[in-house]
Formats: sequence, structure tokens, C-alpha cells
Amino acid sequence: MPLQTPPLRGLHDERGAKFTEFGGWDMPVEFDSIRTEHTAVREEAGIFDVSHMGEISVSGPDAEALLQRLTSNDVSALDVGDSQYAAITDADGVIIDDTMIYRLPDDNDGPAYLFVPNAGNDEAMHERWISHRNEWDLEATVDNQTDEYAMFAVQGPNARDLVADAVDEPIGDLGRFEARYATVDGVECWTARTGYTGEDGYEFIVPWGDAETVWSAFDCQPCGLGARDTLRIEAGYLLAGQDFDLESNPRTPYEAGIGFTVKLDTEFVGRDALEAVKEEGVEEKLVGFKLIDRGVPRHGYDVTNPDGRVIGEVTSGTMSPTLEAPIGLGYVPVEYADPGTTLRVVVRGQSKKARVETTPFIDTV
Amino acid sequence: MSFDIPDDRRYMESHEWALETDDGVRVGISDFAQDELGDVVFVELPDEGDELEAETAFGVIESIKAVSDLYAPVSGDVIAVNEALFDAPELVNDDPFGEGWMLEIDPADESELEELLTAAEYEEQVA
Repeated sequence: MPLQTPPLRGLHDERGAKFTEFGGWDMPVEFDSIRTEHTAVREEAGIFDVSHMGEISVSGPDAEALLQRLTSNDVSALDVGDSQYAAITDADGVIIDDTMIYRLPDDNDGPAYLFVPNAGNDEAMHERWISHRNEWDLEATVDNQTDEYAMFAVQGPNARDLVADAVDEPIGDLGRFEARYATVDGVECWTARTGYTGEDGYEFIVPWGDAETVWSAFDCQPCGLGARDTLRIEAGYLLAGQDFDLESNPRTPYEAGIGFTVKLDTEFVGRDALEAVKEEGVEEKLVGFKLIDRGVPRHGYDVTNPDGRVIGEVTSGTMSPTLEAPIGLGYVPVEYADPGTTLRVVVRGQSKKARVETTPFIDTV
Repeated sequence: MSFDIPDDRRYMESHEWALETDDGVRVGISDFAQDELGDVVFVELPDEGDELEAETAFGVIESIKAVSDLYAPVSGDVIAVNEALFDAPELVNDDPFGEGWMLEIDPADESELEELLTAAEYEEQVA
């Protein structure tokens, strides 16, 4: 199956980007160097093309009810212009995907929402929403708009000033997790003060055909998925397919450290299972750790206790450009999850000393 | 994008270079290889005195995004290791043909060098 391409594939290529396959998309992984891009975002600002993320709109009289039943958080808490992070779980309470939900301005039929599933999951989530809507006989229109919108993220301590210069009207009052329509160089974008780097920043959902106009409105370091990964690991954020995966690494939100997205006073698929998990407690938890010995932890490496017994595996790992230290994430039994606990990571057959750390590894907004 | 490919040394298809010096054969990775890897953050090298066999892995190089084996261009004993790389692995990015060298081998059979790619042949490979 041919890879999907973001609208600015050619522009990125001309700029000298390297590309990688991610979630069925051919995406820029690196423009200059991961370290350069990473540092720009931590110290100044960078712009990411994240057009591989899905966009699904849900509108109509029962739009809220449908989202409420299929996501773990409380959608009814959203006023127009609010956003919310949520898990999408199966009947066993296992995470299928994580998502950001935005409440758009109401349309003629009632409330309207947009949610952003991870790359490659948009079709499956669209089908899930349609089939449950039909099963529950709800009145809602569900539209997969992934091919209609590009998505960019401008992140970093200077993001606010850059965005203030680029938008055609002031949005300085936009708070964290708030969103509204704003025009950038004449292009109307859904503009949200959200992001995936741990820094202040904004995300823009942009009509596909106007992608270049909006991208070009920001004079800052272009960044690829490589820096996005090192930034999000430092911030302790999950990567779908790696830190949780329905098939290869099934996890509940409580295990994955996103129990705050679970509102048990709402009714959703997986709620009863998660209530039981919360009552009984989890056996394993996602922890952050730092390698004390030399080496770099990588996805799939074994984690052992000090005696050498395998107790888990690394789900994400990197050499942190900010901390200049090897860091990672992985699931371990709860008795090994307290910060300060000594673990071992097996790097190419060699046991390396590691220590459980509090996440995020860095200060975040 | 064009890469430096000095013609005073030989190359492997796996992107290591081998340069004859007064003491032995100095080994590193090419400009193309360091660019492909991106920011180098870690190298694992053999100890002085270790015996290497041509075309077998002698160490590991890691960038932020990737892990790669390093292969010996010739057989022989390791007579020097560039320990500066343990504290400053970025030297491989900054100066792959100079300060970013990795080790020196006392070659067991100097004719093995002749079997490696010339700069022109390697240039064709990475073009």
C-alpha cells in the first residue's frame, strides 16, 4: 500500500528533510539534526508538520452522547473552545488510542466536536464511531476529515510571540487547552493552545490546500518526528503503538499513568472494567528511568531487577538532548515503581544500572 | 547533498574507512554514514589488544535515532582506541575523517586493504 503524504512533502524535501514511514505516512523525521531541532524547541521555538494525525468531526444533537460513550473523559465538561485529552478504551478498559477532543462552535444541528486520533488510526476510529452510533441509535454525523486538513504545531518559549505575529487578530488571551478559529495570513485555522513537547505552544488544523501559506507564516526551526520523539519522552508523554498497543502491549489508563483521563461517573465503553481496576489497584505501572551506566535504552530492551530477573521492558528510550543523559519509559511491577528504585536495563546483553525517576523528566508548562 | 570522500583511504560498503598510517590502519566511519546516523551519542569500542577479524562487528555506534554495528575493514590486533569519543561522541559528526576516528589496527594481512573500495568506487555507492 503506498504511503500517504503530507501536503508539504515536496517543500520539506526541497528543504533537505529526511523522511520516515510512520502510521502509514511518509513524514519528515529530521530537517537539520534532532539535537538542533530539540534545542530550538526547548530554548526558542520550532514548527512541526503533524499532518499524519487524524481529524474526525462529530456533530448533531447526540454528538456529545456519542463521544461520552466512546471516550474515557467527561465530554460534557467542554464549553465551546475547550479541549480535553482522553483515552479510547475497549470493553476490558484497555487503551485502543489516546486523543485530543475539541469542542467546535455549535452548528445548526447542535454541538460539534473534532477529535484527533493517532496516525493510521483514523479509519478504525471512524468505523468505531459509526458502528456504535448505529447500535445505540444516536443522531450524529461522523466525518473522517483526515485528508482535508493539515496539522502543524508551533512549540517553544517563543511560540506565543511567533503566533501573535502570524495571526490576523489577537489571540493572546487563549489559555492552555483553549482553542478557537483564527486566521493566519488569511487562512482560517482551528487554533489550539496544546502540544506534545512539554513546552508552551499552539496547534493549527489547516485546510489541506492552504498548508504552505500557514507553514510559511512562521519563521522558526522546522522540526521532524525525531525531535518530536525526544521532546515527548522528556515530557513523559505516551506514544501510541509503543507505550501502549492494543495487540502487543495492552494497557489500561491506570497502568499507563493517564488515570486522570478516566471519569468513572460517566458511562463509556470500558468503564466497568476500569472501575474494577481502580478498586483492585494495578500490578504494573509505567515509570520513567534514567540509565546510570553508559548506554542508551531502546524500545524492547529487557528491564530486570538488581538480581537479574526480567520484570519488564523498555517501551521508549533515548539519549535526552536536554539532560544529556539516557532516559526511558517502561512498565514494571508496582513494587519497583517508586522514584529512586534501582533497576537494570539489558543493553545488547550487558546489564546497565538504572534509577526510577519522577516524570516528566523536565519542567513542563 | 554531497559528501566528503577523501581519496587517501579505502572504504567498506558498510561505510567504514581505513587509512594506512605509520603505525597501522586507522578506522572510522564516512561523512555519508555520520550524516545518515544523525547526532551520535554513544560509541562502544573494543579494548586495546583485542583481536579483530575483517568484516566482523567490532563495536556499536548509536545516534539519537539509531543503533548500528561497526565492521572491521581488516583483520589484526587493536593497538589504539580513540577514547575521546567516550566523552565526546559528537566528534564523529564534527570530523568523521579526523578527530572522529575510532581505532587503529595492526593488520595481520595488509593485502586485505586492497580488497576494499576505492574512494571512486565508494562515491558511486553513495551517489
